[in-house]
Amino acid sequence: MTEVEPSPVASSWTTAVVREVERFGDTYVKLRLDVANRTPHVPGQHYVVRLRAPDGYTAQRSYSIASDPEDPLVELMVECLPRGEVSSFLHDVVEVGDELEVRGPIGRWFVWGGTTPSLCVAGGSGIVPFVSMLRFARRTGTEPLLRIAASAQTRARLPYIDELEEYGAFIALTRENHVQTNGTERVAAHIYPDEIVPLADGIERAYVCGSVGFVSFVGRILGEAGVRSDTVRVEQFGPTS
Amino acid sequence: MAITRGFTGRPRRGGNDRLPPGQYDTGAGWPVLTAELTPQIDVDEWTMTIDGLVDQPTTWDWRGIHALPSDSYFGDIHCVTTWSKFDTTFSGVSLDSLLEVTGVRPEATHVFATSTTGYTTNLPLADITDGKAWIVWDFDGKPLTPEHGGPVRLLVPHLYFWKSAKWITRIELRDHDEQGFWERNGYHDRGDPWLEQRYQGDA
Repeated sequence: MTEVEPSPVASSWTTAVVREVERFGDTYVKLRLDVANRTPHVPGQHYVVRLRAPDGYTAQRSYSIASDPEDPLVELMVECLPRGEVSSFLHDVVEVGDELEVRGPIGRWFVWGGTTPSLCVAGGSGIVPFVSMLRFARRTGTEPLLRIAASAQTRARLPYIDELEEYGAFIALTRENHVQTNGTERVAAHIYPDEIVPLADGIERAYVCGSVGFVSFVGRILGEAGVRSDTVRVEQFGPTS
Repeated sequence: MAITRGFTGRPRRGGNDRLPPGQYDTGAGWPVLTAELTPQIDVDEWTMTIDGLVDQPTTWDWRGIHALPSDSYFGDIHCVTTWSKFDTTFSGVSLDSLLEVTGVRPEATHVFATSTTGYTTNLPLADITDGKAWIVWDFDGKPLTPEHGGPVRLLVPHLYFWKSAKWITRIELRDHDEQGFWERNGYHDRGDPWLEQRYQGDA
């Protein structure tokens, strides 16, 4: 199978109709969008969503795509941030049938085209781009090339946790114990370096997505596991402390 | 485009002329977005080189670059991910001071900046000369932290901030333009926030 390459030129703004809305507590909202004139994405890419007020004021934010490229709808999982201007609107106000301005897919770096043995490490909502990758891997039979590790405070803070468990992802919860897919119970803790070592064995690339502190922590333990820093692709977000 | 049903946005004063289109004021926050792991760089081993189409290729070490006339930037910065930060203060040296040392050959039109991580970005020479760009090591009077590009980063505040390469180690002057890291990966070749030059294909 050949590597899937994203387009070098970003698509222009278009309209997306909201077909499904699913809210997960106060924390997450899943939107499934029917995008007009859609360009296929490569797992790991994102969309920009732009909201427009009656006085012409606009606000736009980027959100990773969770869906497989062959899904007829584009799925975004949005974390609702405190005082988040766009995320709060998407969580609290958006309904099925609404139209949103969107632009995408965007990004040519943090993408997985299905041929490179890789380890993905996510913190919380950082899992979203990896969900697109794992769905793509399942459809194309390339799961042996893609390992996923995810960390969150609790089950409720890790979107797609059931799908991740079914995939066989390694899951580290930091504030509650978690029963792994092999049946053992893992005591609440951050990812230990010796948990990363077997996952990193034989990989050619690592992807890390999460908050600034999380990415810094994972970068350190990947280094201890012998992963070269120039093979690590990062998408980190959020403020510095 | 149509109005988004139910969206009013956060309270705003009419016409904030410091905010480029599509940007919001991040306030006291300073978000981080990088594509690579943050390197830890020892200032005793740090160097930066300007070479290419110059009369005198030059490499500065930490002590050498601090011996140049210091200069500061006070003003706003804008990130393509839509945050803007007002009233920042960065200190370091003006790129003009460095280019005065190296000289600039007449055929030079562009620069290609490289970081220790291998990150690169391209800029027209005109965008880093005449008081428009700095090499900086202090932010608000304190050493620049590693996640924000410390010990030393490029600062080109009139363009989107991915042009302000973190962990800068080399600036090469060239007679042609060549895309850097984000430019190859979908971002605009110039990145003027006031023209909203975010992605490849934007005007």
